[in-house]
Amino acid sequence: MTNSNPPAGSPDKEPASEEQAAQSTLGNTERAEAAATPTAPEQRPTLGRLFVENLWAANTFTVTLLSLVLAMVVGAVLMIISDPDVLATYAYFTARPADAINASWTLVSEAYANLFKGSVFDPGATTVNAALSPISETLTYTAPLVFTGLSVALAFRGGLFNIGAQGQAIMGVVLAALAGFLLPLPPGLHLLVAVLAGAIGGAIWGFIPGILKARTGAHEVINTIMLNYIAVYFLTWLIVQNGVQDPNRTDAISRPVDASAQLPRLFGDGLRAHAGIILAVLATWAVAWLLNRSTLGFELRAVGANPDASRTAGISVTRTYVLVMVFAGVLAGLGGSQMVLGTTAAALTPLVVAQIGFDGILVALLGRVKPWGVAMAALLFGALQAGGNRMQSYSGISLELVTVLQALIVIFIAAPALVKAIFQLRAARAARLQTSLAKGW
Amino acid sequence: MSTTAVPDVAVAPVDEGFWTRTRKVGLVLLALGLLATVLFGALATGEQARFTLSEDAAGAALEVNGTVGAIVFGLITLAAGAAMLAGLPKRWFVPALAVGLVAFVLSFLCWQVSAAPTGQNFMPLVNIVRGTFLLALPLIFGSLAGVLCERSGVVNVAIEGQLLMGAFSGALFGSISGSVWVGLVAAAVGGSFISLLLAVFSIRYLVDQVVMGIVLNLLALGITGFLYERLMQTDAARYNSAPRFGNWEIPLLSDIPVLGPALFRGNIFLYLALVLVLVIHIALFRTRWGLRTRSVGEHPTAADTLGVKVLGLRYRNVILAGAVAGIGGASYTLALFSFTKNMIGGKGFIALAALIFGRWSPTGALLAALFFGFADQLATYLGAINSIIPGQFLAMLPYLATILAVAGLVGRVRAPAADGKPYIKG
Repeated sequence: MTNSNPPAGSPDKEPASEEQAAQSTLGNTERAEAAATPTAPEQRPTLGRLFVENLWAANTFTVTLLSLVLAMVVGAVLMIISDPDVLATYAYFTARPADAINASWTLVSEAYANLFKGSVFDPGATTVNAALSPISETLTYTAPLVFTGLSVALAFRGGLFNIGAQGQAIMGVVLAALAGFLLPLPPGLHLLVAVLAGAIGGAIWGFIPGILKARTGAHEVINTIMLNYIAVYFLTWLIVQNGVQDPNRTDAISRPVDASAQLPRLFGDGLRAHAGIILAVLATWAVAWLLNRSTLGFELRAVGANPDASRTAGISVTRTYVLVMVFAGVLAGLGGSQMVLGTTAAALTPLVVAQIGFDGILVALLGRVKPWGVAMAALLFGALQAGGNRMQSYSGISLELVTVLQALIVIFIAAPALVKAIFQLRAARAARLQTSLAKGW
Repeated sequence: MSTTAVPDVAVAPVDEGFWTRTRKVGLVLLALGLLATVLFGALATGEQARFTLSEDAAGAALEVNGTVGAIVFGLITLAAGAAMLAGLPKRWFVPALAVGLVAFVLSFLCWQVSAAPTGQNFMPLVNIVRGTFLLALPLIFGSLAGVLCERSGVVNVAIEGQLLMGAFSGALFGSISGSVWVGLVAAAVGGSFISLLLAVFSIRYLVDQVVMGIVLNLLALGITGFLYERLMQTDAARYNSAPRFGNWEIPLLSDIPVLGPALFRGNIFLYLALVLVLVIHIALFRTRWGLRTRSVGEHPTAADTLGVKVLGLRYRNVILAGAVAGIGGASYTLALFSFTKNMIGGKGFIALAALIFGRWSPTGALLAALFFGFADQLATYLGAINSIIPGQFLAMLPYLATILAVAGLVGRVRAPAADGKPYIKG
């Protein structure tokens, strides 16, 4: 690769924000200046032009942003074609195009405005709580996604595709909830035990595909998919057992977790944000350290890059596979346990973990399987989820649209060539845009 | 299986010495037989277990005393296991295994039926067979879609999404047009739409196929869920009341006891599924297209050298697979139910399991789908007779069986060699 850029512009470090992008551009300019001054000063491009050009190059940040835009455009089209009133204005589009355009604009802009108000900031908020509420909601949805995203990302780096984050999260939530309402322990210790139980539940469910892969070569994609469903059926069976089911209820719901095992809230009782987000940041830091600074992380990345070479170099590939899956399971289990230990719910129900495991796959891909990238991606997904709730209740746009947006964003970022083609981006300077894990069964 | 990806991982050791595969399986069967004889025999009651040849308790029936049946069938399993342990010739392996497993199931049924509440000590075989096929239908279509895709080297994890999209567009366009046939075509187109995305992104843009499959499942879930809430829930009469295919009775064949009423008084989807299995099996193993498909799935470079258009063939097969799965989805909305959100509910993944369990062959997939359908139907039946066996554990059976299969415990399964690997000409 002919890479003459300073480290800030190297493919390994994407600019995480516009400021950074600008900084890296600045670095470029200075170099360009130094190099170009003696010979041809008149050809020196202006700072602004370089900035725009670099922004329009197919780097990860631009591709991510444009993917978001593309996804929202498709989402807008879906909104319009599913609204009979707006669609009716298109019947006479040639006669009065303004009607159709106005109606569509009102529908789409209101929906997306609510998406923003529900996730970031509502300008109409009058109290402190109301102003903080969107952020609090976003953080509440973000926390478990960070864990499941990290789980998938960690396994990816070790060369394994962990589709089982969903199942691991389910086993995590099951054990965490059981510890939460069956064990009479003092506050503090109780929470610790419940969190630990969640981690163990996930670890067990990660260990199974890990050991099967290591011992028999059974493909982890198949096994984790199957284990997801086994976990679902186990959960639905467990909920209605004596001692687990809420004695006051006839439907499938377990007893609530004791208050002593609940994660503390961050902004007081009125807002849902809980300490899970702090754990999530710690976990991100820990995974980043594990991957980039520890021996295990090095072995893990080596095995992920080339198992043959790693084995030749004396790394135990089988042991690494098992460890990777156990760690991935621990992370997913922790994410799952937050669904009952946090503020989302206090009791087990068949759908208690929602989709966090599958969303974790998307989050990991969007975060380019790097720990801090995953955390940022989880934040975006958490915001979409939180805003989607408001969009549903205020604009009547079904929450399912968020699923569509999330899937589309990932489809577009997974195929940067497509985004490049649509927006006529300059050739990628950072050549590592391809999410290439293709290995097959 | 993944030996190409992970060559270092200990491939199940070649059976050597005393503990051949036959002996290991024999040991398992022996244990199962013992369990059946002792436990099922003890738990069964002296009631007559009736297996009626009709839809209710009336009519002719196969009858056996519960305890006697449970013990006798348990002993048969025991005998099969013992024979295998004693060193049965290899060619008898499959028949002995089949006899052993079937006897085990029968022993289990004798116990369950005899222990059912008084007055319910019967199992209507027509219902069971019909239900098995009915529940297996989406699995058959789905796993055939998988066969078409994966035999040509594209991993199809998006079966769930294809089924769902097929079910949705079948319901939507069937309702709007008021014609089942329009609905059927729309379902095929809907399924193909998802697989077109799979094809374009995995073949043209080289996106990882498993990733793409997972994302497409979510996309299909989102789009159908969104449009369901926006259109179908607000105006169900207009958008979600598709006409349904009636049942067609095939003369003569429908008079066969048990199988006749269960199989030959079905709807178009049942016949279509059975015909498709046959057609795809013949096409795959007896025609030029089949040879090319298989060669593209096993060794695309060699196929390309011989002049087969690898990418074109992959495109065509993947889109065809989507159409098949889409029709499978319509087997719900154009015959049984109106559309609801996430109505496929994981059947696509069981279809994937059936594909793998059936070792990537159409007939194998059919048998696996029927086995999974039977497990599903049995769970329903046991729920109806208040069995102490939780239905959830029976529902786990397909997934457990698949894990055992890929772990090499019941013979090795091997995917097409180039499955999941994008082909870059050059």
